[in-house]
Amino acid sequence: MSRHVVAAAAEIPPGGRKLVTVRGRPVAIFNIGGEFFGLFNRCPHQGGSLCHGRLTGLLQSHEPGKFTYARQGEILRCPWHGWEFDIRTGQSYCEPERIRTRAYPVAVASGQTVVEGPYVAETVPVSVEQDYVVVEM
Amino acid sequence: MTHQIRPASAPAQPAASRLAIADCDIHPARRSDAEFDPWLAPAWREHLQTYGARYRQGWQTGPAFPKAQPNASRRDAWPPDGGRPGSSLGFMQEQHLDPNRVALGILNPLGTGQGLQNVALSAALCHATNEWQIANWTSRDARLRASVVVPYEDAATSAAEIARRAGHPAFAQVLLLSRTAAPLGSRRYWPIYQAAAEAGLPVAIHAFGYGGNPISGAGWPSFYIEEMTSHAQTCQAGLVSLIVEGVLARLPRLRIVIVEGGFAWAPALGWRLDRAWRRLRSETPHLDRLPSEYIRSQVWFTTQPMEEPEPRAHLLDTIAWIGWDRLLFATDYPHWDYDDPAQAFPLPATASQLRGLFLDNARAVYGHA
Repeated sequence: MSRHVVAAAAEIPPGGRKLVTVRGRPVAIFNIGGEFFGLFNRCPHQGGSLCHGRLTGLLQSHEPGKFTYARQGEILRCPWHGWEFDIRTGQSYCEPERIRTRAYPVAVASGQTVVEGPYVAETVPVSVEQDYVVVEM
Repeated sequence: MTHQIRPASAPAQPAASRLAIADCDIHPARRSDAEFDPWLAPAWREHLQTYGARYRQGWQTGPAFPKAQPNASRRDAWPPDGGRPGSSLGFMQEQHLDPNRVALGILNPLGTGQGLQNVALSAALCHATNEWQIANWTSRDARLRASVVVPYEDAATSAAEIARRAGHPAFAQVLLLSRTAAPLGSRRYWPIYQAAAEAGLPVAIHAFGYGGNPISGAGWPSFYIEEMTSHAQTCQAGLVSLIVEGVLARLPRLRIVIVEGGFAWAPALGWRLDRAWRRLRSETPHLDRLPSEYIRSQVWFTTQPMEEPEPRAHLLDTIAWIGWDRLLFATDYPHWDYDDPAQAFPLPATASQLRGLFLDNARAVYGHA
């Protein structure tokens, strides 16, 4: 596993998302309240583009008419069939044992670190003043 | 329990290595209602502006239930240049027809004017829909074939529209919806079937519609998921009606295509019908064969949304009863419950069975070279 610069952090503000390619594979990057998440951009069900998915919360009910709504903005729904995935783990919520998207660790590293590392940074504008989004893959 | 899924990391097959397919359920949309204007008389345009269109259902507009996704569509299917999903031929080509190697695409326009309470308006809109399909779709992409959209609550006008389109190479089938005012086999609809048989066009019965009746046999349900599952029962009721009223017996050349209603129920329906008919034959003596034999000789089914049993192999037993030559692959593009041709059928099958399901069966039933 190596680390790849995929975007300047400012390109993906809180609430933003970006589809990037890492080692030839599409990865959807999300910024949720300053925290970054990355998911392989292919729903494990039938291949929908997760980057087009809607971020919702986890709606649960223990009896009809009683609901809890939690994890707001952390549940990604596939744009095709609506499968729900925990953006932190890639875990699906309908059949957790069966379907899991692949989650990639995403971190924000300082520009200085990126410039010095053995990473694929050639196509990314590098500046020591700015932070970059890095994907490990 | 054994699960059969593809690994999450499996790359999408490049289009060049895929087989060409037929997609027997594509939904073209109009960017705005004004797209029909060239084929609507000024009086009808004025009527629509003044009074609007009233579907044969309760005091509401739109479909019977709100959808799970906006416009019932894939969220990635909104054309970048604006308009509703399915309204841009260019984007449909780029997103679906080209990468999925669609060699034959059957257009099923919805929300056009079928099932309107005002049958004269319904007739005008259906006629405009057919002209629009030629002008905006089939004449611009040779892979696409249109449906003769008919105002089915007025069978005589519908039959005239079918006769007008007979022999026109743009049209592949006649389109009905499953929720009609009366069961599909009722005599009031017979001129439609007669005209279709004479024109050599299959009659497609697409799920949904505006019959004015509760959408389940048990009344009005609470949830959208109940609408989704009720399509199977509605299509079964329609098919039973077509059989026992004698429509299929009287018109042995008539071919019926059930679209978006599922197919795994067909064997159980056939068994139940046969058992009952053996005991009740004298009630419907106009049938000259077991009811299930009409299903197997005159009925085709599109695949989407496919039943997904566990283990998936149960589907093979179902298909063995229906016949591998009776299933027509469909995606339902651009709608949200789209089946992806590379993913939707992970079953062991022979090359010729798959070729039939994905292309040749459709070419045979639609007479496509």
